[in-house]
Amino acid sequence: MELIRAKNINYKYPINDGQSTLKNVNFSIQKGELYSIIGKNGAGKTTLCNVIRGFIPHFHRGELGGELLIEGKDIREWDMSDLASKIGFIFQNPFTQISGVKDTVFDEIAYGLENLGVEIDDIKKRVEQIIDLLGIGDLADKNPYELSGGQKQRVAFAAVIVMDPDILVIDEPTSQLDPKGTKDIFEIIKFLKEKGKTIILVEHKLELIAEHSDYVFVMDDGEIMLDGKVDEVLSMPKVLDYDAGLPQYALLGIEMNRKDPDFNQIPINKSQAELEINKWLQR
Amino acid sequence: MSFIQIKDVSFVYPNEFTAVHKISASIEKGEKLAIVGQNGAGKTTTVKMMNGLLKPTKGDIEIDGLNTKDYTTAQISRHVGYVFQNPDDQIFHSDVYSEIAYGPKTIGLSDDEISSRVYSVAELVGIDGFLDENPYNLPFSTRKFVTIACVLVMDVDVVILDEPTAGQDHVGMVQISKLIDYLQKKNKTVITITHDMEFVVNNFERVIVMANKQIIADKNKREIFWDNNVIEESNIKQPYISELANDMNMGNRILSIDEFVEHVFSNKKEGATV
Repeated sequence: MELIRAKNINYKYPINDGQSTLKNVNFSIQKGELYSIIGKNGAGKTTLCNVIRGFIPHFHRGELGGELLIEGKDIREWDMSDLASKIGFIFQNPFTQISGVKDTVFDEIAYGLENLGVEIDDIKKRVEQIIDLLGIGDLADKNPYELSGGQKQRVAFAAVIVMDPDILVIDEPTSQLDPKGTKDIFEIIKFLKEKGKTIILVEHKLELIAEHSDYVFVMDDGEIMLDGKVDEVLSMPKVLDYDAGLPQYALLGIEMNRKDPDFNQIPINKSQAELEINKWLQR
Repeated sequence: MSFIQIKDVSFVYPNEFTAVHKISASIEKGEKLAIVGQNGAGKTTTVKMMNGLLKPTKGDIEIDGLNTKDYTTAQISRHVGYVFQNPDDQIFHSDVYSEIAYGPKTIGLSDDEISSRVYSVAELVGIDGFLDENPYNLPFSTRKFVTIACVLVMDVDVVILDEPTAGQDHVGMVQISKLIDYLQKKNKTVITITHDMEFVVNNFERVIVMANKQIIADKNKREIFWDNNVIEESNIKQPYISELANDMNMGNRILSIDEFVEHVFSNKKEGATV
């Protein structure tokens, strides 16, 4: 089922502080699938997220050309508060997201539900569930500002997941985390996907994208240059022309192919790499 | 005697939290090394002690013979520059030029000297097009390069980069590698904290691994990344290519794509299995 459809989107911020524009962007997003957006900084990834979550055109002015349909309804016609409960947005920088008006992690997570006027008992139940789920019980009574980067990132996830949105837009969730913290965040993303959420993820860690995504968009200079299934896109050497990078396994495959054109199936993850190299060795 | 001498150093924060426990290391002038380990392992506290921002609560750190306890942070930071993990902890001017020029001004350099230094480091780190911009209008990764420029402009002997690779795209990574090469050529000591093991493989030989407030290993990257005990204890990640080589039972302690390819091609030629 198609949830989001972009038709010829063009956009330019009214005051350009080095932010990116969008040019002729077209895509379709199906329910329950995970889409990763890759590309160098300044390619337009975050700007595209801002359109999907309605910040463009509801907060940022500037001319939005083309159409963005969410469940068939144009983004301009959506009411922002309805959109907010439909689409959850997790910020690149958890410092930006944490409200600053709440003294404890528990209250921070409850804040969104309070604003929606949910019953207190229900709020407590839902917040406790999420705290359990993300394994952050030991943080519940702490001040959000006392937390480490990784802990703040998990609280930022909790505050959005508790609202139970159908669509999650997640902008570089692991950029400040160590390998363990990164793994934890991807476990959460995997869980959300299993729950049938539709996820749009901006991320630079390509090995993890290869492992978790269904589809990949490659952006450069405000345009989607390549899009398709993860196996197709991340095995294309052309992605490197856009400075978007490729997983180590694909880079290995490309190097193998360069030295022996018979090695022609570029792997994108470890198990594919093992398989293709063994096949090649036995030839 | 080594240029940087860390002798039995511990650090306990005023709230009695121990961040670093009894570490020792020597680092030579012109050497480059990576410090890796999980968040909370003590990496940032360790490097902050090297530039005098923090003073050891036990033990001593000497920089070129100067014990950091006997000098102010300002004095030590003339020798050792530290680029913060979060650029927003460091930036306070409303345009990039003034931000970079601030350090040289405080040490009384002439306007001409300041401007020539600012332009040259800005070009070096690729931000010469943004000198009139407000740093806060720039993306995180570019702000990080602003803070790197602020340290380079002081022409210090030791440059410490705290997670320069965080939030960087492919282009930024290449820029940081180039910068490390450049500093090496100028005989600067470069100490880099990072979580990106491919970046370590591509740029460093010596690696210090920290875990649970201590240095648990200090040796060549190949010995580090093929030492299961170190990897397990520190929770660092083996490089992806090493992991693959390991799963495929290849010997040779492979670290990089080139090594991997060379290994399988030479084996195929000999007709042997991997």
